[in-house]
Amino acid sequence: MISAGLDVGSRTIKLVTFDTVIRSSLVTETGANPLRRCLELISGINYDRMVVTGYGRHLVAPALGGKIVSEIRAFAVGARHLYPDCRTIIDIGGQDCKVILLTDDGQVQKFEMNDRCAAGTGKFLEIMADTLEVKISKLGNLALGATGTVQINSLCTVFAESEVVSLIARGEKPGGIALGLHHAIATRIATMARRTGIKEKVIFAGGGALNPCLHRLLGDKLGLELAVPVEPQTVGAFGAAILAQNFYIDIPE
Amino acid sequence: MTSENVQMWTELNIDLKSHDILLNALGPAFQEIYLSQNNRPAGMGFYDFVVGDIHGIRVKELREHAKNGGKVVATYCVFVPEELVWAADAIPVGLCAGTQFSVPIAEEVLPRNTCALIKSSFGFKLGRVCPYIQASHLIVGETTCDGKKKMFEMLGQLQPVYVMEVPNKKTERSRRLWHGEVLAFKDVIEKLTGNEITAEKLGQAIDLVNRRRLALQRLYNLRKVRPVPISGKDALLATQVSFYDDAQRDTQMLNALCDELDKRVAAGEGVAPKNAPRILISGSPMAIPNWKLHHIIESAGAVVVCEESCTGTRFFSDLVKPAPQKLDKQLEAIADRYMNIHCACFTPNDERPDDVVRLAKEYQADGVIHYNLQFCHTYANEAVKMEKRLEKEGIPLLRIETDYSDEDAGQLRTRIEAFLEMIKH
Repeated sequence: MISAGLDVGSRTIKLVTFDTVIRSSLVTETGANPLRRCLELISGINYDRMVVTGYGRHLVAPALGGKIVSEIRAFAVGARHLYPDCRTIIDIGGQDCKVILLTDDGQVQKFEMNDRCAAGTGKFLEIMADTLEVKISKLGNLALGATGTVQINSLCTVFAESEVVSLIARGEKPGGIALGLHHAIATRIATMARRTGIKEKVIFAGGGALNPCLHRLLGDKLGLELAVPVEPQTVGAFGAAILAQNFYIDIPE
Repeated sequence: MTSENVQMWTELNIDLKSHDILLNALGPAFQEIYLSQNNRPAGMGFYDFVVGDIHGIRVKELREHAKNGGKVVATYCVFVPEELVWAADAIPVGLCAGTQFSVPIAEEVLPRNTCALIKSSFGFKLGRVCPYIQASHLIVGETTCDGKKKMFEMLGQLQPVYVMEVPNKKTERSRRLWHGEVLAFKDVIEKLTGNEITAEKLGQAIDLVNRRRLALQRLYNLRKVRPVPISGKDALLATQVSFYDDAQRDTQMLNALCDELDKRVAAGEGVAPKNAPRILISGSPMAIPNWKLHHIIESAGAVVVCEESCTGTRFFSDLVKPAPQKLDKQLEAIADRYMNIHCACFTPNDERPDDVVRLAKEYQADGVIHYNLQFCHTYANEAVKMEKRLEKEGIPLLRIETDYSDEDAGQLRTRIEAFLEMIKH
């Protein structure tokens, strides 16, 4: 039996199919028509049943005949499957960031999630990368290569952008500004993690975990090692596929 | 919209164009949130009718009252002792402050980082879109938060406003201050109406309001039953309408609704599936037509069984204690009753977490959602204590901070669904 997990995020859509091993793992941009993107993504993919998660789950699941779980549960199941000793998941996604604390036996015990504000999310870094004229995939390395850092005071995406613009005008180097931005984000997420009551082992997932600077700073600020899965973006989709495989009947229609 | 209503609104100096937009938006929202629910009690028909004619028939009644020389007193808060208003043959009316519609209007004047409730209430007056404010002779404010206090100063430039001083501590000195405030309020109302508040009149008013409180207690007691016979949305609406409907009629309607619910309970008939998680909401008030959180929770398959808030238990859980027909004793009993509201404006306010723990048990709640309006510092801070306390008691808690707009509906839905999954597993 092949199960599919579809994670319809605000910036990217992730699909994982699974039987006893991962059969396929795909990531595409969400764009303005997520349902069409999902249909394109699953065309030619074989699966018997599907669980949908992510921001667009209620839009997509009825159309594709899948069941729905929240991202929090999907990430919890996915991370726990990859790391059976995982107790905390930090996920930085396109428009939200969350910290999920698990019980000893892997159930969700508590979670914190940002509200409407984009501070500390992938979107924040994306906008700052644009302002600094670098690709989002290169932003982390730009920061890691900096010789000095500057203090960024604002975490609001709108205000931080103006702050970055004025730092550029002051002649600050892009690397230093980038490092300052990463510090600001890492501090905020570390605060959220401590409030949730972080326990080891900690898994760092979501698109944000692809950023090596964020990975290092977050680990430094929390004073512990963060494990990053090989494909951090697809942890939620993988969790949804596991749920479709093992717990399908338990998920309400 | 009948031409009679339009005529009345014109006389009340309503901004008709803006008001049309407001009413035209309310209908579809009510349809989606309320009328689409399954298995509703027939007794909710009255409340549907009230919302369907929300700025019509009740306003007309208030106007008739005014035409006969009576006064209308508008309030925003459960601290204002409405018994004194009724006793002077005036009509108290709790004003709406629960829609995003009037928020941008208010932001032309008020600072943006003010809570939605304050902005919404001020916007209703500034934009002239609420016939209840327009029909009232006096607005009574209170000092339950700094934002409101300052907003009332500005509101006072548009219409007569009187502010009661609610103390911040629960000491004997504070209690005496509050007693003085209740006495002063009696004078204000007597002066406004030209009617003397006698012991006999006040006794009748205490009885009138207590009977409505008892009816609301009866409704809430029915929500303790598993399976619960009424949705949280419907119970919230009935409570919200109690703030501005005629107290006697409202008591009758509530009791009729409860008679019907009694039958449901006897038959073991519930409004939601048997395994639906039961949620207690605690925190900021939900002024009509703020149904946002209830709608998200109940659309996700749970059922709200109680609100520990000013549009919930704090509104009716205490009665004014029976006092001999002597004015000073009655006024003391009234002051004591209101002073015992466990609002976050007090410091400390440790009775509130006790209340929530007790209510969670009484209502068989599977989890508590702490709700505070963005920029409401008192409730936001109390949430921290509440979280620690509930963790100790082993009661799951989700903290939500939001306002009236729908921009965060997606995030709220995710967090609430995750919370419900967490409770179930």
